[in-house]
Amino acid sequence: MSTYTSIEILQNPAEQAVDLAQNVWKRFRRHRGAIVGMILFASLALLCILAPLSPYDPEKSNLAEKFQPPSATHWLGTDALGRDLFTRIIYGGRISLAVGGIAVAISLLIGVPIGALAGYYGGTLDSILMRITDAFLSLPSFLVLILLAAILREVEIPFFQRNNVFTISFVIGILSWMTFARLVRAAFLTLRELDYVSAARALGSSDGRIILGHILPNGIGVVIVEATLQLGYAIIQEAGLSFLSFGIQQPTPSWGNLISTAQDHFIKYPWLAVFPGLMIFLSIISVNYIGDGLRDAFDPYKVLERVGEYT
Amino acid sequence: MTTFIARRLIQTVALLFILSIILFALVNLAPGGPLSAYGGRRIRPEKIELLKRQFGLDRPLPIQYIYWLAGNDWIQIDSDSDGVTDEPGTRKGILRGDFGFSYRTREPVLHEIGLRLPNTITLMGITMFTAIAIAIPLGIYSALKQYSFFDFFATTFSFAGQAIPEFWLGLLLILIFYAWLKNPWTGEPLLPSGGMSSLGSGFSLSDRLSHLVLPVLTGALGWIAWYSRFLRSSLLEILPLNYLRSARARGLSERRVVLRHALSNALIPIVTLIALDLPYIFTGAVLIETIFAWPGMGRLYYQAAVERDYPLLMAVLIIGAGFIILCNLIADILYAYLDPRVRYE
Repeated sequence: MSTYTSIEILQNPAEQAVDLAQNVWKRFRRHRGAIVGMILFASLALLCILAPLSPYDPEKSNLAEKFQPPSATHWLGTDALGRDLFTRIIYGGRISLAVGGIAVAISLLIGVPIGALAGYYGGTLDSILMRITDAFLSLPSFLVLILLAAILREVEIPFFQRNNVFTISFVIGILSWMTFARLVRAAFLTLRELDYVSAARALGSSDGRIILGHILPNGIGVVIVEATLQLGYAIIQEAGLSFLSFGIQQPTPSWGNLISTAQDHFIKYPWLAVFPGLMIFLSIISVNYIGDGLRDAFDPYKVLERVGEYT
Repeated sequence: MTTFIARRLIQTVALLFILSIILFALVNLAPGGPLSAYGGRRIRPEKIELLKRQFGLDRPLPIQYIYWLAGNDWIQIDSDSDGVTDEPGTRKGILRGDFGFSYRTREPVLHEIGLRLPNTITLMGITMFTAIAIAIPLGIYSALKQYSFFDFFATTFSFAGQAIPEFWLGLLLILIFYAWLKNPWTGEPLLPSGGMSSLGSGFSLSDRLSHLVLPVLTGALGWIAWYSRFLRSSLLEILPLNYLRSARARGLSERRVVLRHALSNALIPIVTLIALDLPYIFTGAVLIETIFAWPGMGRLYYQAAVERDYPLLMAVLIIGAGFIILCNLIADILYAYLDPRVRYE
């Protein structure tokens, strides 16, 4: 079959996606907080990407210059080993943001298929998958995170050496996919009953095509909003874990372990704890504002209400 | 309702059973095995073999799991490792409340937990109470004065409050109230930076309270931000409803309309939310108790993780999971009880 029926042309998923993206962007732009958040987050990310431009080495110590207060040469001062704090913060940002991004990607990769299969097929498969989800939701996740990281810190297996970025992202990811599974399942439960899905089925589309091409694109909004919020959550989890010394290990900097090492000296040299924490704070708050804006953007009535075009 | 509760309780048992298998497998399949750190002690390899036999760790995993779950005092074991099973085991299993002995202190795990739990309940109970006591008036006021300067301020605060990492906030508060601000009469730091009471002095209420201020503030801020925001939006949905207009038309004062008629409905979702959040407030104790050297469960768990004291870690995790499931059940029941429209089949 090489010819398209008219219905298939009307439902071409690619065209729909472009339309959706344009509409969402149009509404997103009206949310001032979200735009500020996006600019802030983009500048933080850019700063971290450009980290190698810094003249200082993030890991090599220089004891002659230890505990220097912020100055023109060392913008945010130096730490106990004389390393430039600004350099360590932007290198640490690469780690922290990477952990956030990879962790969300991992939870998406687990959560979305589970939710889609459970919602689309229902029945026994649904019950089994949802009981597994319930079991994971009943775990005290931060405590399990600590346990996993404490175990993995001591072992040498490929990909998991010394709690590197991948290890930490992995443990955060496998403990936070449940919301995605539930959201996607809920979206599938309603969408699979709609007429356009029956039409697609009547036209002989395979289950795979219906799930990926017809239902998923329409449920993508909630997933994107949740993914944004989860990014902030993952960043804060990594920071907490590294703060307790179970996360990213020294001398590699991350925002969390910078605060952790600052603990010994921060009364005398407050900048060591203040600035890395400020970075975490700024990135989380910008991500939360972006998430808020996206939520409004995917919910057209709410935005129209705000600008007074809909009452 | 009774059927609903009964069915949920059966599901709970099944869920806890699955979780216990997952957690048991996780700890016992960990590279190096459960004895690899043995509470931070260095031990000789021969000793490890002996300990393994004594703890029953040389048996196949499913058998170990049964011993851990149901004990081994109903069968004969070979305790002196001479190849003859001659003595009944001593373990009772977690089903009968025996979580084994801590690797580190050699005390029963439940005894260790019992020593620390009251401290955590005190800290987190007060934190929770403070958070609710501040969040409710804050939420009501910003909903009533929507888009006012106060509302704008409260909204910004709530966004900021939800984005501040607790441990960083804790350090900032120590910096301000311990390092910078001094008591004008004695010249000592305004508030202590950690611990539950000052060393060497007897019990004094003001001393205890002053040690509570910073950890409570640190723990409560995020929850204040979250609950006040939630109450605001839940009130904003209710305030335009007709039944409130009728209440006003009947001549009730605005105060009575808001505080009695609107608030009682707006609080329903919050009550359920608090029940659901309760376990997470306790999980937060790990960070807060570590910063403020508070001798509670959180710090106990942290130390146990550092030293890989598996019996203790397992006990806390199982009890924690049970607590989460219980709170979920309570939230569901509360919801149906408070909102007559909700019915469970």
